[in-house]
Amino acid sequence: MSGADPKAFSSDTAMMSAMRSGDQKAMAQLYDRYSSMVYAVALRVLGDAGAAEDVLQEVFMQLWRNPGTFDSSRGNLAAWLSVITRNRAIDSLRKRHPETDIEDVMVSVEPDLASEADRARALGKVRGALSSMPPAQRSALEMSFFEGLTHTEIASKTGEPLGTIKTRIRAGLLALRRSLNG
Amino acid sequence: MSVHEQFAEDLALYALGVLEGDERTALQKHFEGCTDCWRELEQLRGDMALLALSASGPAPPRRARQRLLDSIAGEPRMPVAVPPKRFSWWPALTWAAVAAMVLVAILLGRQNAELRQRIAALQSQITNQQSELEHASEVVATFTAPDAMHVTLVAAKTPPQPQGKAIYLRRRGSLIFLANNLAPLPSKKAYELWLIPKTGSPIPAGVFKPDAHGSATVVNPPLPQGVEAKAFAITVEPETGSPAPTSTPIMLGAGE
Repeated sequence: MSGADPKAFSSDTAMMSAMRSGDQKAMAQLYDRYSSMVYAVALRVLGDAGAAEDVLQEVFMQLWRNPGTFDSSRGNLAAWLSVITRNRAIDSLRKRHPETDIEDVMVSVEPDLASEADRARALGKVRGALSSMPPAQRSALEMSFFEGLTHTEIASKTGEPLGTIKTRIRAGLLALRRSLNG
Repeated sequence: MSVHEQFAEDLALYALGVLEGDERTALQKHFEGCTDCWRELEQLRGDMALLALSASGPAPPRRARQRLLDSIAGEPRMPVAVPPKRFSWWPALTWAAVAAMVLVAILLGRQNAELRQRIAALQSQITNQQSELEHASEVVATFTAPDAMHVTLVAAKTPPQPQGKAIYLRRRGSLIFLANNLAPLPSKKAYELWLIPKTGSPIPAGVFKPDAHGSATVVNPPLPQGVEAKAFAITVEPETGSPAPTSTPIMLGAGE
């Protein structure tokens, strides 16, 4: 799959540093490490393989063109990429211009999601948290996150009060946090 | 994490990019001064990243990798300098806190030095006052001691005459009176000292009886402050004292 030496850059930091220097192999390795995650998020939001591939290209090209948009002060790379991708996919879905400059996006998450093993462990806990969530809460959270619906739109769709939807969305996010910290 | 409760739910919506209108504007304004809410926003985005993990699916098509590599090959670029880090509240806050603590330490240091100087000045003042007080006490003790010898010197071959000396400090209403050679009193009688003001009636300034040698002292009788004295006088009164003179003064003296 990869033409780059997979052992060339052991850490995200080293990979990003090389990429900032114009190293195309570093970019290839970055793609190999995170393209599946980025594509999965884009596809889940857009439901269309072609549109998801476009978002995938856009996210990585943006990073190539402006590698300074990410540094370790913004959080870990995997979390940052997943949030950036989701936001771009929602913008594409709603056919709107990006509302948030990616330079303004800072993400704080524990633990580090840099390795496949880290992400796999986290995924297990997140799935557990989602499955134990009340269906109405999970639904409100997913409609907001994966469909980009506002609380007003969700309330209109479900017939629930606005305040209830707001509460469910926040409580859902906090439940995910607790699943990893607990 | 201390997040302002009124913004807690809107923060989650803002992180998701679905907060609109006035609520969005109000929250953005609040961010300007609230680092707690900024930090919570970053954590909520971290929660979003976790939710993104649940979006598993097929790998991207193989052509996507080549497409990307072709694109970046078409856009080679020179090495770029790492841009300055994005402004973060935390380092700024940390430095601000350090600067504030240094400032407070300097101010406290100065205040401490000033307080030490004031304490030293007050201690010196207290020492001086104690010294003055001791001196004054010694003077008064000498005047008032019952075993003190009072000698009045007069011209030779002149028999001793009754004498009185009043020392009056108007601004304090303070009076010391010393008398010598006073004649013995009849039974149930006493001498009474009077302050005669420039205007108004005589004011009682103490009732006293002389000792066996005819000496007597009156120290600081209760007097109103600020009374301008024209003279002092002594009359013989009932030993309980009188509110106003009831007899002709046997001694009288005007101020110098």
